[in-house]
Amino acid sequence: MLSPSRLAGLLRDGHFVVTAELSASNSADPEATWRRAEVLRGSVDAINCTDNTGAHVHISPLAAAHLLVEKGLEPIMQLTVRDRNRLALQADLLGAASLGVRNLVLMSGDDVTAGDHPEARRIYDIDSMQFLEVAAGMRDRGLYLSGRKLEQAPSFFIGAVENPFAPPLDFRPLRLQKKLRAGADFIQTQLVFDVPIFARFMAMVADLGLLDKAFIIPSIGIPRSARGARYMKEKVPGLHVPDALVDRLEKTAPARQADEGVQIAVELVRAVREIRGVAGVHLIGIKWEEGVVQVAEAAGLLPRPTLSPLATVGGRG
Amino acid sequence: MSVTERLVLAVEKPLKEAIWGCRMCGQCILHSTGLNCPMRCPKNLRNGPCGGVRADGNCEVYPDKRCVWVDAWEGSRRLPLWRDHIEQLQKPVDWQLQGTSSWINLVNGRDRVAPRGWEPDA
Repeated sequence: MLSPSRLAGLLRDGHFVVTAELSASNSADPEATWRRAEVLRGSVDAINCTDNTGAHVHISPLAAAHLLVEKGLEPIMQLTVRDRNRLALQADLLGAASLGVRNLVLMSGDDVTAGDHPEARRIYDIDSMQFLEVAAGMRDRGLYLSGRKLEQAPSFFIGAVENPFAPPLDFRPLRLQKKLRAGADFIQTQLVFDVPIFARFMAMVADLGLLDKAFIIPSIGIPRSARGARYMKEKVPGLHVPDALVDRLEKTAPARQADEGVQIAVELVRAVREIRGVAGVHLIGIKWEEGVVQVAEAAGLLPRPTLSPLATVGGRG
Repeated sequence: MSVTERLVLAVEKPLKEAIWGCRMCGQCILHSTGLNCPMRCPKNLRNGPCGGVRADGNCEVYPDKRCVWVDAWEGSRRLPLWRDHIEQLQKPVDWQLQGTSSWINLVNGRDRVAPRGWEPDA
């Protein structure tokens, strides 16, 4: 019997969930992963293990996710189509399932030119949309993409990403709809710093009748310094950081900027929570798990709920 | 390659390259993408833009070039036909067809052959 996704159970129980991103380690010592993950224990419901985030090499998400499973923490394994072809992707999905990983977030991935190996060959054998369908096919039909049968189908809670802030803005809700049709059960969005644009996006998603078809979880970033916020604004494609936010941090004394960043994140959590269809928040403090805990605490998200034994699992939606 | 295919390619390749910047994937979906070749996207995305599109509508990878999918979306709004085809889930690329004639593959149905496990509506 395969153990189910606890995250899925909490969402289907109607809880407002909290997930967080784990800074991926560059260490061969598992303690490096555990040390950071332990900071998050009790403050979040599940933890994202990133896949060479920003196209910089780190520990593989499959290994990191398994290290979390070993410690009784619930991972969400991110996997990009940037670095693997369709054979490797399916092999890693099955491997992850066999190691106890139940939650996935499947995506295109930042381009290699954004990272530390810009000369690398990018793969993109299949796209993120097709990858969602492949994962759903393994789960729902017990088949590889080739049509060959699996001995035991995996039980996955399948996530996808969407960026409400990147052009073409009017196509983004339709793309989200397409991802749901392809097999996504939940969506984690790009970092939300501009609440009005996100609210407009959610209104369009609601108009398409998608709010009861997926759990939508906006990402909330925790800026640690004015310099970090300005870097995100100017250097990271696809990120939208309003001037007012950068100004606010730059007017704060350097020693107080981290506290101000926590305060900004808390305000963002409260604001997105008011928007219809928001099922939780995904907190991202870059190499700053302590910031995640501070935000969860200050935003009144603690303690985290326990799962009722009646929560159902598996299958779509 | 047959003589027929060579002759068709002699017409198809220069024509489609000149007009659409075609990359000869051999499984054309131009009508679903507002008549913009999705294989010009550096990530070869067939189902919509990535999340890295810049605020000015330019590509994450080539900041001085317009995102193929921004053009595809706008182009699809202008088409009298096939407007909603951009919402259809496109099957994975069959890389075996690279360089072959999409016109011949369209006529003989080869471009519609999907992997056996691909059943998006199942």
